[in-house]
Amino acid sequence: MVDALTPVLSAHWDSDRPWTLESYEATGGYSALTTAFALSQDDVISMVKDSGLRGRGGAGFPTGMKWGFIPQGPEKDGTVKPHYLVVNADESEPGTCKDIPLMMATPHTLVEGVILTCYAIRANHAFIYVRGEVLQVVRRLQRAVQEAYLAGHLGTDIHGSGFDLDVTVHAGAGAYICGEETALLDSLEGRRGQPRLRPPFPAVAGLYAAPTVINNVESIASVPCIVRNGADWFASMGTEKSKGMTLYSLSGHVARPGQLEAPLGITLRQLLDLAGGVREGHQLKFWTPGGSSTPILTDEHLDVPLDYEGVGAAGSMLGTKALQIFDDTTCVVRAVLRWTEFYKHESCGKCTPCREGTWWLVQTLSRLEQGRGEESDLEALLDQCDNILGRSFCALADGAVSPITSSIQYFRQEYVDHLENGGCPFDPARSTLFAPAEALA
Amino acid sequence: MTVSTGPTDEAGPLDATTVAELRQIIARYPQSRSALIPMLHLLQSVEGRVTARGIEMCADLLGISAAEVSGVATFYTMYKRRPVGTYHVGVCTNTLCAVMGGDAIFERLKDHLDVGNDETTPDDGGGASITLEHVECNAACDYAPVVMVNWEFMDNQTPESATRLVDDLRQGKEVRSTRGPRICTWREAERVLAGFPDDRADDGPAAGPASLLGLRIAREQGWSAPPTEHAGGTQNPKEGS
Ligand SMILES: Cc1cc2nc3c(=O)[nH]c(=O)nc-3n(C[C@H](O)[C@H](O)[C@H](O)COP(=O)(O)O)c2cc1C
Ligand code: SF4
Ligand code: FES
Repeated sequence: MVDALTPVLSAHWDSDRPWTLESYEATGGYSALTTAFALSQDDVISMVKDSGLRGRGGAGFPTGMKWGFIPQGPEKDGTVKPHYLVVNADESEPGTCKDIPLMMATPHTLVEGVILTCYAIRANHAFIYVRGEVLQVVRRLQRAVQEAYLAGHLGTDIHGSGFDLDVTVHAGAGAYICGEETALLDSLEGRRGQPRLRPPFPAVAGLYAAPTVINNVESIASVPCIVRNGADWFASMGTEKSKGMTLYSLSGHVARPGQLEAPLGITLRQLLDLAGGVREGHQLKFWTPGGSSTPILTDEHLDVPLDYEGVGAAGSMLGTKALQIFDDTTCVVRAVLRWTEFYKHESCGKCTPCREGTWWLVQTLSRLEQGRGEESDLEALLDQCDNILGRSFCALADGAVSPITSSIQYFRQEYVDHLENGGCPFDPARSTLFAPAEALA
Repeated sequence: MTVSTGPTDEAGPLDATTVAELRQIIARYPQSRSALIPMLHLLQSVEGRVTARGIEMCADLLGISAAEVSGVATFYTMYKRRPVGTYHVGVCTNTLCAVMGGDAIFERLKDHLDVGNDETTPDDGGGASITLEHVECNAACDYAPVVMVNWEFMDNQTPESATRLVDDLRQGKEVRSTRGPRICTWREAERVLAGFPDDRADDGPAAGPASLLGLRIAREQGWSAPPTEHAGGTQNPKEGS
């Protein structure tokens, strides 16, 4: 039996200055380079394929398979294009807060993963695209990369392997859409961050139209432990199709919010038990399994295995494993309106259904939240969602309708209550962390 | 050598040091235009905002039009056309923080500072000015409600603690991030984002208490990842089992 919690990525976060090279190397850090350089590039790809690692950025695409799409050898016209790795460190999906603590505490885990990945996909330049709004994380990444160069883990002919690699830390400038991988590429090329038409896929024509792998921070940071301990070791954790350990992020109305690293497939009930349960005196009302773009779930879903298949079967998505917990003091309409305002603000404006649709969604929802309008407006709202879902250029728009449709599915009456009450029946003060005792009574 | 006529003065050319640093940024990338986002960060650190001459300079150095640079500058929320204060205070009002108290904090600060969203307190001579803005989820939801000062974390805030925070900043008292160093100025922060480190990476903790939740429980329970075949791997095989 594998234990309930399995800290691997987070195992050294409480060490003394774990962000330093010295501390990282003292716990076996960078030893996976020796193992990998003794293997062929394709063997490293096979190892990651065999481990069953799936992308931790939201979609769960098998990582080794993604790497395998990078064309090897010269192009049809005989030219050889460079390959690139781009690490998606944009972490901006509401609720998601796992990559930032990882890079803050142990940035070298990511750098080692970058080296292993670049070796496997035959890339000689990697970019870490980190959101700009996390200054200390940017500092720790810059320092880790600098230390790795000085130690000879980066640069030319790394440890006599003949393999060269440069890593550039690139801070973004505030735009949720830049987390979408093709928008990220445009942003990294110095443009407005707007998604690209696919095909061609980034594996064929990504950064500077060259073959590019884009992976989430946690995905890349999971590579060193696979190379060091083996694919079977990794696959001994998790469920049949969702292998390994991962970071679950509990936030909101929980006694002790925070990061819990567990094998894929743990349930919210188990995680809540470990975290001291829902805020004292209150019940779970709704939660997101993987950020605001994943349909909300309720207390009916406490025993859903939190893996890709389990959450999918429950009508949502595992996403980024951002478990935002809301108790019975929270108005679901207010929560959904606020997320919708976020999507409207972050819509990149490239396509009409999303640009105009998210604007309309905010209009309709605001009226409902203020208790104006009538029940038929709910059907109008669902129609608007229908006109956006699947008709937009990228997945931002699909994410925008998730909170709306799922909240109407589970809490239709609460929308109606707003209309009957002529406004919100909840007291927002009761939901706050600093709610006075009398407000909570 | 060109001499700068003042930090926010738009007249005249940019100083030679800044131009040289902009060129250094360009040299980091296989294709020059990739440098644009960090270049704009650097210009904000020099000029306190994105200025017309800064846009012209980027366009010149990159061989693209000023309209193209402007199109990029207006796309990203961290770039400001109006001067930013000594400190940028961002209150997270995305759903989770809002519900946990971010809305109340934002209202209180607007009132206390007598400014609206994205507005700056007047510089009352010698003191520090504050630009207040509500921001989207800053990847710190397990520390909600969260306030960012110059993009450093101020975790687990209340209306009272946030009021004290801005008062301390305005009075020039030393303020430390809950997960980071002493707060520097907004311009100094922008310089780091442009890729010019300021040597404060070692300040502050590795992790806050919420980041360590699972690790602490695992240690108490004696839980770990499965043992590895070779000794000295990442995992300590379970003690006593
Ligand atoms: C609107 C939007 C925002 C996204 N934001 C992020 C993000 O912040 N970080 C991330 O890793 N992936 C994000 N993604 C997913 C990426 O497009 C991509 O699937 C991912 O980086 C691939 O890495 P993985 O295979 O390792 O998960 C986002 C997707 C969309 C549609
Ligand atoms: S769906 Fe929205 S975010 Fe995506 S391309 Fe269209 S407008 Fe931009
Ligand atoms: S919602 Fe405020 S940090 Fe995530």
